Amino acid sequence: MSKVFIGMPPLPAFGSGNLNLTEPFPRAAARELGNQQLRSNLRHATHTIRDKRLKVVAELPDWEELRDAGSAIKESVMADLPALLERFEANFTARGGKVHWARDAAEANAIITELVRATGAQEVVKVKSMATQEIGLNEHLETEGIAAFETDLAELIVQLGHDKPSHILVPAIHKNRTQVRDIFLAEMPGVDPDLTNDPAMLAGAARSYLRSKFLTARVAISGANFGIADSGTLAVVESEGNGRMCLTLPETLITVMGIEKLLPTFADLEVFMALLPRSSTGERMNPYTSLWTGVTAGDGPQDVHLVLLDNGRSAALADEMGRSALHCIRCSACMNVCPVYERTGGHAYGSTYPGPIGAILSPLMTGIEAEENNSLPYASSLCGACFDACPVKINIPEILVHLRGKDVDSRRGRMKPPSQMDLLMKGAQWAFSSGTHLGLLEKGLPLGRLAAGRSKKIKHLPGLAARWTDSRDIPAPPPASFRDWWAKEHVPEAPITQQGGEA
Amino acid sequence: MSAREEILARITGALADSPVARPVPRGYLRASDTSTARLIELLTDRLADYKAHVDVVASAGVPGILAGLLAGAESYVVPSGLPDDWFAHPALEADGAPRRLRDDVSCPLSVAELDRASAVITASAVSVAESGTIMLDGSPAQGRRVISLVPDHHVCLVPASSIVHILPEAVARLDGTRAMTWISGPSATSDIELERVEGVHGPRRLDVIIITDK
Ligand code: SF4
Repeated sequence: MSKVFIGMPPLPAFGSGNLNLTEPFPRAAARELGNQQLRSNLRHATHTIRDKRLKVVAELPDWEELRDAGSAIKESVMADLPALLERFEANFTARGGKVHWARDAAEANAIITELVRATGAQEVVKVKSMATQEIGLNEHLETEGIAAFETDLAELIVQLGHDKPSHILVPAIHKNRTQVRDIFLAEMPGVDPDLTNDPAMLAGAARSYLRSKFLTARVAISGANFGIADSGTLAVVESEGNGRMCLTLPETLITVMGIEKLLPTFADLEVFMALLPRSSTGERMNPYTSLWTGVTAGDGPQDVHLVLLDNGRSAALADEMGRSALHCIRCSACMNVCPVYERTGGHAYGSTYPGPIGAILSPLMTGIEAEENNSLPYASSLCGACFDACPVKINIPEILVHLRGKDVDSRRGRMKPPSQMDLLMKGAQWAFSSGTHLGLLEKGLPLGRLAAGRSKKIKHLPGLAARWTDSRDIPAPPPASFRDWWAKEHVPEAPITQQGGEA
Repeated sequence: MSAREEILARITGALADSPVARPVPRGYLRASDTSTARLIELLTDRLADYKAHVDVVASAGVPGILAGLLAGAESYVVPSGLPDDWFAHPALEADGAPRRLRDDVSCPLSVAELDRASAVITASAVSVAESGTIMLDGSPAQGRRVISLVPDHHVCLVPASSIVHILPEAVARLDGTRAMTWISGPSATSDIELERVEGVHGPRRLDVIIITDK
């Protein structure tokens, strides 16, 4: 059955919240590059996880088949999304859960605030969730007088340090153990003043700090890794047990999930639970996975909600080429292999979603026309390592190039006097259209040498070309052009006449 | 228009090009015929890798092992559906409240009581040897999800007949609508300089008893 769309095609509804760059990537990256601690921590982290990942992936004889299946399942989810969402909602609701729909970040925050208010609670415990980070939930709850406690150790470090996560998987990777100890000593109420920088000791401090919170919390907020349409089941994948604490102890559980996170059937978990932990932490399986379907009588929260979030996902879905970015299962494998990410870290990408996937997902969700994010698709060397690593085979380099094209198109569409780029291109067209023109231009080369000065490097070019010299130096041009040199060295010979046949 | 209608309309509009998904190629392994002996060996190896302690015994040996593992425990929680046979050992038989605490959906222990308990013993539904994963599905011998979470020490009984080799075999045996916990080793974190630390919020100690004749 073919889908017939009747009526005006709706304008894409872009997302809001923590999706935008606050400063252009080149500038943020240049600053982050100066942070030696960040670079060495990141290098250590990405390389360690990378090696572990390769080892456990090599153990599976059917890894490529699993990737194929994962990619095709996600493709089928996107093609059938409206029906799957309705099926999920019906099954989750039939078992006592409640589903809420949120068009954007503000609406999701408002729904959650309302749900928390209804319980009368003043504070909530949270399990690490990118969706809630995307909508800026913690900040919103704070303005509403509700305290949100992050319970994942790394998120706790980031929250206590008044900082932002720098990696999807290890959000506090930019902090070393001594920095963590200092944050705990300064910010953790009731912490042992003799705390050392031993990771076991630090984890112990987090345990005792959060224990009473878990045991008394009445409301918890979580994300979800998967939602299974056929059974109405939600899944959370974690390591520390803080997820299990949040999912089973409080009376009320509110989960926020992007609409793209569905899987059609319970059996599809067999593919994704093989792909996710291996790609993510390089483990055969993460320590804890929790699954729940609506409400389970006598076990866990009896007031269970799910907020289904669009916030720009439908806009990403509308991009025929970019929609596969929604297949992402947030494993972070692409970040760990990306040479750009390794050097700049996650903060430079501005958005909740850093690294190669962030460079396509954020502009797809906000629209590339939103100038905030139009430098992101250029934050890549296009080396292709991310595509090789991605467990669901998202062709990130191809989408990057596609988005660069869209960015250029969107600028061209604007009614503006000819830009510098237009003039430059006109100039190039003139130069390359004839050897004489080019030769004329090349006469200017020694001038460039003069501009470069004694360092033999050009550090600043004027105008638009400054974007190039902002992030790298250009070696001074040679004293003579190749064409001049050739002409001097070679006396012209009689031209050889074409003999015909195959050239 | 409600948010629900609007989002569904947006998605339908976004799919105006009517994408057709290719059939899902399921060429990955979905079954295996590994021997029980090999499954036990593999599961033991994987669990040890997660720093869990494993005993492999016939059912007659279970009470003795349990008595040893619980020797230092002031109290331990047991779901009401777990057969008393496992406690047929002089050191355990006389245990009643306060050392052995029964938990049941109809009369659950409070969180404070669970927090005071030293250990918990549960059965399990299915285990995956290849990934070292033990799955609990909340049936009476496994109890509520929270009992295997709050006490610091979890002893888990795994009948050999419930071990499969790979994940798809396990998923086929499970009822997706039950509240489930999949456990692969004790609680762990690698959040500080990627150094693995066992135990943050969940049980720091996981002991597994693989029962060979069950
Ligand atoms: S794009 Fe692929 S590799 Fe990157 S986080 Fe998403 S699923 Fe993982």
